[in-house]
Amino acid sequence: MTTTVQAAPSHVALPRRHRSHAGSLGMTALGVLFLAVMIFPVYWMVNTSLQANAGAATATWFPFQPTFEGYIAAFQQQIQNFLSSMVISLGTVVVTLLFATPAAYGLARFRMRGTRAFLLVLLVTQMIPTIVIANALYTLFNDVNLLNTYWGLILADSAAQIPFSILLMRAFMESIPPSLVEAALVDRANNFRAFISIVIPISRNAIVTAALFTFLGAWGDFLIALTLTSTTAVRPITLGIYNYIGSNVTDWAPVMATAVLASLPAAVLLVVAQKYIAAGALGGAVK
Amino acid sequence: MSVSVETAVGKRAPAAIAGHPGRPRARVVTSVSRWLFIAPAVLYVAVFFGYPVVKNIVMSFQDYTTRTFFTGEAPWVGVANYAATFRSSLFATTVVNTALFTVGSIVAQFVIGLGLALFFRRHFPLSGFLRGLLLLPWLLPLIASSAVWKWILDQDSGALNQFLGLFGAPPVPWLVSPNLALIAVIGVNIWLGIPFNTTILYSGLQSVPPELYEAASLDGAVGVRAFRYITWPSIRSVVSVVIVLGVVYTLKVVDIILGLTGGGPANSTQTLATNAYHQSFVNFQFGEGAAVSNVLIVVSFVFAIVYISLSRKAVDE
Repeated sequence: MTTTVQAAPSHVALPRRHRSHAGSLGMTALGVLFLAVMIFPVYWMVNTSLQANAGAATATWFPFQPTFEGYIAAFQQQIQNFLSSMVISLGTVVVTLLFATPAAYGLARFRMRGTRAFLLVLLVTQMIPTIVIANALYTLFNDVNLLNTYWGLILADSAAQIPFSILLMRAFMESIPPSLVEAALVDRANNFRAFISIVIPISRNAIVTAALFTFLGAWGDFLIALTLTSTTAVRPITLGIYNYIGSNVTDWAPVMATAVLASLPAAVLLVVAQKYIAAGALGGAVK
Repeated sequence: MSVSVETAVGKRAPAAIAGHPGRPRARVVTSVSRWLFIAPAVLYVAVFFGYPVVKNIVMSFQDYTTRTFFTGEAPWVGVANYAATFRSSLFATTVVNTALFTVGSIVAQFVIGLGLALFFRRHFPLSGFLRGLLLLPWLLPLIASSAVWKWILDQDSGALNQFLGLFGAPPVPWLVSPNLALIAVIGVNIWLGIPFNTTILYSGLQSVPPELYEAASLDGAVGVRAFRYITWPSIRSVVSVVIVLGVVYTLKVVDIILGLTGGGPANSTQTLATNAYHQSFVNFQFGEGAAVSNVLIVVSFVFAIVYISLSRKAVDE
């Protein structure tokens, strides 16, 4: 399906109507209005984060006197959680790619008994509610002392990300011409060598895309962290936010500043990795 | 991005490379090395999905509580957990809430998403830029969105009530009133789902061949008729994917509800998923939590089957 979707020309000639210039500007105005409603919460988050003592009817529609007090408070209270999130998310990327990349290639290239069944299983995992996994993993992690540890969260977060990463990268790796790998195999390289020296460099865009989705998935995780930690020893920033809003909030500035901080990695990554994503997502279509 | 998942199943893998023709032993080595690519992932999925699903089924027939962690005993109780679940008045509430939450979210997300996709398909100044900005809410982790909305919906000084106050409306207790909380939570979930629906439906619309519209306009099919006879049949497979994926994801939503209301007030926003969480991790009745999760799995699986059969059909078309 991606093939047809992506290959479509980007400028579709629509049923032709003669629109006046003014009508066209009217559309733009309407579009701006829709958008304003849709991204108002994002604006409100940033706006509140810049106001002192935002709460109890003191918040205004624009930060006329911007202050960074909210951010200072957020830093003091949440920097440790921010770093924990970073460790967990980067760890999850490493573990996920270690398991998913070879599997994606194996599933794309080799036809063996059971590979189709495994693909089906990977799809089914996407339907299984996280709470089911958490329920059983809590007892398992309790037995093997993985509760309240970085490794516990990294392993559980990776579980949630591996199936999707395999499916994503496999779609790309199917498009690698077999002749490229065969050439290396003739040169007496084994499958593993060919994988390291040819498949991985060619698949760079797909791997970066999978890494990005994995990072964002692990970064945004809330339920796994909520269920598999019971102390403050390892606490990602999502739990930091939850603890803020779980009680009666009197000053929203630090909460919103934390929300902004929690959104920053996604913003930075999307800007930095934009060209890889576009290429990686298109990958499956380019045949 | 879910669309690419589709491709992954549907497309046939290219014929396997024959490998080295030659000695049988070499072939066995090749075959083993091939499995080594996949085996670690198979093992991982077995431990982190296979085991939990089986363990969850087992736990649902046990009296599994905090005591179990100290004594290691989890007595078998047969179907008592399920009986307790089905008999409790909370169960009916959660089923109704889950249905309202899912149907309400999906219908509104889809209708608004399709409307916006159709709107952005007409090229007007800044249309591409505005469509890009529509994805901005995706940058926020779900729990951060919950925090922002909790603040916006705050009864005393939230932005929404401040805005309504400009028209003289009294402060509305969005998240505090048992009659309104579910509506508010559904509203937030709709907001979250609109960018996804718009994006996928927009790319679906892009794939409709323009010649179809030109041919149809000669027959007088424009506007609503063009939508009904050309657009809708052309994007039907994308629509089914968007809707079924939406249902499966909405059924397991926990973050938003816990962040906004914690399932309250008076359980008015408690769904199957949040109830499973509450039984296990608030009440520490892991057996009952497992029973509720299994009900949730069964519901999800009914949709999973629909999803897979639909996506197969979509690829075949």
